[in-house]
Amino acid sequence: MNIDSLDQGGRWLLPDGVEEILPPRARRIEALRQRLLQRFDLWGYELVFPPLLEFLDSLLVGVGSDLDLQTLKVTDQVTGRLMGIRADITSQAARIDAHSLRHRGPTRLCYAGTVLRTRGQGLFGSRSPVKVGAELYGVPGPQGDAEVLALMADTLAVSGLGVVHIELGHVAIYRALATAAGLPSAAEATLFDAVQRKAVADIRALLEEHQVEPDIAAMVITLPSLLGDASVLPRAREVFAAAPAAVTAALDELEATATLAQLRFPELDLGFDLSELHGYNYHTGTVFSAYAPEHGQAVARGGRYDDIGRAFGRGRPATGFDLDLKVLADFAPLPAPEGRTLRLPRLEELQTEQAAALWRRVAELRAQGVRVVPAEAEGWPVHGSLEWDGTAWVLAQAHGTGRSAPE
Amino acid sequence: MSLIIALNKGRILSEVLPLLADAGIESLEDPQQSRRLIFPTSHPDVRLIVVRSSDVPTCVEHGAAAIGVTGKDTLLEHGEGGFYEPLDLGIARCRLMTAGLIDAPAPLRPRLRVATKFVNVARRFYSARGQQVDLIRLGGAMELAPLIGLADQIVDIVDTGRTLAANGLEPKETVAEISSRVVVNKAAMKRQAGLILPLLDALERAVALRQQQEAKP
Repeated sequence: MNIDSLDQGGRWLLPDGVEEILPPRARRIEALRQRLLQRFDLWGYELVFPPLLEFLDSLLVGVGSDLDLQTLKVTDQVTGRLMGIRADITSQAARIDAHSLRHRGPTRLCYAGTVLRTRGQGLFGSRSPVKVGAELYGVPGPQGDAEVLALMADTLAVSGLGVVHIELGHVAIYRALATAAGLPSAAEATLFDAVQRKAVADIRALLEEHQVEPDIAAMVITLPSLLGDASVLPRAREVFAAAPAAVTAALDELEATATLAQLRFPELDLGFDLSELHGYNYHTGTVFSAYAPEHGQAVARGGRYDDIGRAFGRGRPATGFDLDLKVLADFAPLPAPEGRTLRLPRLEELQTEQAAALWRRVAELRAQGVRVVPAEAEGWPVHGSLEWDGTAWVLAQAHGTGRSAPE
Repeated sequence: MSLIIALNKGRILSEVLPLLADAGIESLEDPQQSRRLIFPTSHPDVRLIVVRSSDVPTCVEHGAAAIGVTGKDTLLEHGEGGFYEPLDLGIARCRLMTAGLIDAPAPLRPRLRVATKFVNVARRFYSARGQQVDLIRLGGAMELAPLIGLADQIVDIVDTGRTLAANGLEPKETVAEISSRVVVNKAAMKRQAGLILPLLDALERAVALRQQQEAKP
């Protein structure tokens, strides 16, 4: 290769973080999508297809500035208003619940669709994740959170990941402590950033600088180290004995959620991280994320985001989770169902009557769910072929079990 | 489950290895003498890798290494949100500073030209002061830039300040206080809490002990 050719090529290049999905990966991803949506269906979650783009003021309700920056924007040629291509589907589901459906009782929704992001997040961050998720409206507190948590665990288990590690947190703990610390807003932003990084040295320095009351300061400094198995909760109750009431209430909620979720899904591998603040902008209660072995990032995330629908005329208890289907498919060892594949004969050599009989036979086979591929097709595991015995088309087993061509 | 600790090549390494040893993790081979890239340790579940400083946050963010040790300057430049940063080792202390020629007249150009290896940090620093600057990325020998008219100021690590002085430059403002930090992959911290938390505790004790010893004489 010569360096000039590097600049001449590139018409085929896709933008960073944007990918096409080719066979056989596409078949695996689609099989997984179907399996997840079928699972949601079995739990009574109804499928919705929110639009790919919406007016910005409805799309960005209550989601915070992060998602605003993540949203690609275009001007509507009809109204002149700004439209956004969705970077997340949760807020769309919230609008559907609050405005379009208006059920009196709980609403259970699920979805699967591509979103777009202005920038990929983290290393190899995709700018076009396929979001699959489930949202539950109208069931407050631990009962609702436990349902969604168990659904997330169940979904990941059937995806072939096995039992994953799920981490629970609660945004109200940090929120109450930060309020009690009484920092000016710029310093609070710095504190938030330091707590997210568990940068204890930075937290300590900041609290000293602003002369935060020692009792509160000690609690904030301990917060990042409150992670691990269920023993974290009793430890937290000691540390937060003198904390604002909201902290104790949050611990009660976490404990109840964990207990209820474990009843629904006994194999649950639960951990706690009380300073996990993912999605702090719009989460209002319990948050959870699932981790697969050998993957440096969470594979699924969720949590409570009550009252986001108020902007659409109806605040409701709300909780849910979502995941990136493509990431999950690359970690879940679930193969696509292969089915039976037969190979057609060469069509050029056929008499008219033979051809008519062939297509009748092929239609029967396809109706039975057998895949029938052209003689020259590549990439399928071929189990047999159709051969003319002089009067009819009969099945002949393939010699060996090899594929028609290497993948 | 085993884990990998990514360490910084160079000066920090000789200060970090004794701390790790105090925390019960001793390399079975001297990484500074060997051509190998992965080193088993006295801890059966822990291995060490030695990489360029700017590769440490990359390895940890991606989860290739569960734990990393590198300077705060590297972390600031990489961008901080992608990992936990639970421990300040208090070693390899220095400052990230702006510097310029002694008694240099204010440039006629409206925008200051700043040469640095730390372009992200420099952009944040100057913009926080309401100053728009033109940034020039250099790989090394930043002190040269003002001397040959490439830049008005530089942003660089200042330890003793001798290199600056030898070239007729003076430090101006502190951008950040730098020391070596322990960073941890977020997912690993949760999945392998049983292995990582005791290790962090042991390191913290080793650091405290060392700081006491240094304070005594």
